[in-house]
Amino acid sequence: MSGEVQAAAVLGGFSESQQTEPRRGPERGRRFGLGSWLLPVYAVIAFVFLMIPIAYTFVFSFNDSVKSNIAWRGFTFDKWLNVCNVEGGAVCQAFANSVVIGLVATVIATTLGTMIAIALVRYRFRARSVISLLLFLPMATPEVVLGAGLAAQFLAVGVPKDMTTIILAHTMFCISFVVVTVKARVASLDPALEEAGRDLYGSPAQVFWRVTFPLLLPGIVAAALLSFALSFDDFIITNFNSGSVSTFPKYVYISASRGIPAEANVIASAVFLFAIVLVIGAQVSRAARAKRLAKLG
Amino acid sequence: MAFAAFSTAEAPTEQAPRKKSRIALFLLLPGIAYLVLFFLTPLVSLLLTSLQAPLEFGDIGQYQYAFNWQNYVDVMTTYWPHIVRSFGYALAATVFALLFSYPLAYFIGVKARRWPLLQSLMLVLVIAPFFISFLLRTLAWKQILSDESFVITSLKALSLLGPDAHFTGTPFAVIFGLTYNFIPFMTLPLYTTLERLDLRYLEAGSDLYANPFTVFRKVTLPLSMPGIVAGTLLTFIPAAGDYVNASRDFLGGPDTQMMGNVIEANFLVLLNYPAAAALSIILMAAILVLVGIYVKRSGTEDLL
Repeated sequence: MSGEVQAAAVLGGFSESQQTEPRRGPERGRRFGLGSWLLPVYAVIAFVFLMIPIAYTFVFSFNDSVKSNIAWRGFTFDKWLNVCNVEGGAVCQAFANSVVIGLVATVIATTLGTMIAIALVRYRFRARSVISLLLFLPMATPEVVLGAGLAAQFLAVGVPKDMTTIILAHTMFCISFVVVTVKARVASLDPALEEAGRDLYGSPAQVFWRVTFPLLLPGIVAAALLSFALSFDDFIITNFNSGSVSTFPKYVYISASRGIPAEANVIASAVFLFAIVLVIGAQVSRAARAKRLAKLG
Repeated sequence: MAFAAFSTAEAPTEQAPRKKSRIALFLLLPGIAYLVLFFLTPLVSLLLTSLQAPLEFGDIGQYQYAFNWQNYVDVMTTYWPHIVRSFGYALAATVFALLFSYPLAYFIGVKARRWPLLQSLMLVLVIAPFFISFLLRTLAWKQILSDESFVITSLKALSLLGPDAHFTGTPFAVIFGLTYNFIPFMTLPLYTTLERLDLRYLEAGSDLYANPFTVFRKVTLPLSMPGIVAGTLLTFIPAAGDYVNASRDFLGGPDTQMMGNVIEANFLVLLNYPAAAALSIILMAAILVLVGIYVKRSGTEDLL
């Protein structure tokens, strides 16, 4: 849905809506504003509010805590340097599981979803509305229902829950998000470019891999990043289909009652920093590119 | 916009000759088969499980297929407070998220239009909470707002809170957590709509001597309806099914348990699969009905 797609756009460093030129009509905005300073001040307060738990998690990753990480006991780099030393590396094992699950689910979901997106935009077929509904429903279903449904099915068929069942579950809920994200990109693709490829005697495979695929790549990358993010942070569906396998969110949930070690904060903070650098880097380079293009034009 | 991504009215870019339908089938089949296998069939499994009856002389967690409608009556009578709470909390969180997000989205989408880089950086800030674990950010709030925390003790010192007042474990805390966690889902679609808002309509309104409030009510608000509908759905649906915020180890208490909590407990702890399945079916059916009515009433069917 659009929130997720927008998130994907931001993640992918390109945003459909921002490609339109900002309208520069006569600027009389002040007349309909709520006061020219009220909104900026509100925005700053809102952003501070949004950042509070992030800052808290980050700060407490440096806490010199023993076992539970609730009271501040002094600053240390220890937890960052020895992340895997706690509880026999349980946090790191959970993190590694989450990464593997995220990667495999992302590859499968991105492949299947991209194929569907291309078919939906490029081909006419019956049952189109049924397929659209089938793609929309997983996004409109609460996660607890998706999780319980899959768990009921695995139970009925007698499949034991392990890494595979988690990957199967994650792939399922990622496909629809991939379709929406990639579809926007396919729809904005100029068919003339592929025609040119065919005119130059490119085989269908050549045209696809040399023309279509590179043009779709930003959309596919955005979809893959979104899939990975959704999978990596999923707890509810995982909880129903993981058996004894631990993932990072599941580890946090289970240890919440007896206190989370600061090492969990270290991992979450590191993931946060990595993601934020990636996204801001993509945004800045996109803005720089837009500026260069504007100069050329 | 939100669901228009799946609009059926869209014309294919090319005429499709017969030969091409085989390519379409090849492209669609794997993904669609996957969804049938791992989305549709599980829903059927869930429905069948919800009608199961305990196996005679069976162990805990052993059931057989039956048409035991009584399961639905049982869960409704046992868990009606959880059902009411789920939808009440989700509704409150949706309203708060909308009130929080609208001015923010308006600022990013309209006021900051002239600075595209600032706009994108602010969007990154909006989705930044997504980058830190959902569970850890909820736990962070729990600790920030716990009884011994700086915030609560200072409020008590200032007599803004009674000496015996708690925040965590109350419905307010759960609604607060739900609101915080789903704010980006509200802000992003609102931003998408407001970013495309044509300011000339607002000018036209004020040229016709409408005061700023009337312009907002008669022009801006109706034009941002697609974003409001998408945002409220994106917030309400996951909030109604959430069980992390309401969990006792997070922001909730014994009296704040939602449907998700009892579905989890019945499925994973009590091994009462039929009860968990019946509750899931009720949750899903209620959401589909509510969403259907809402979308119809708000006149945005074409979004679906």
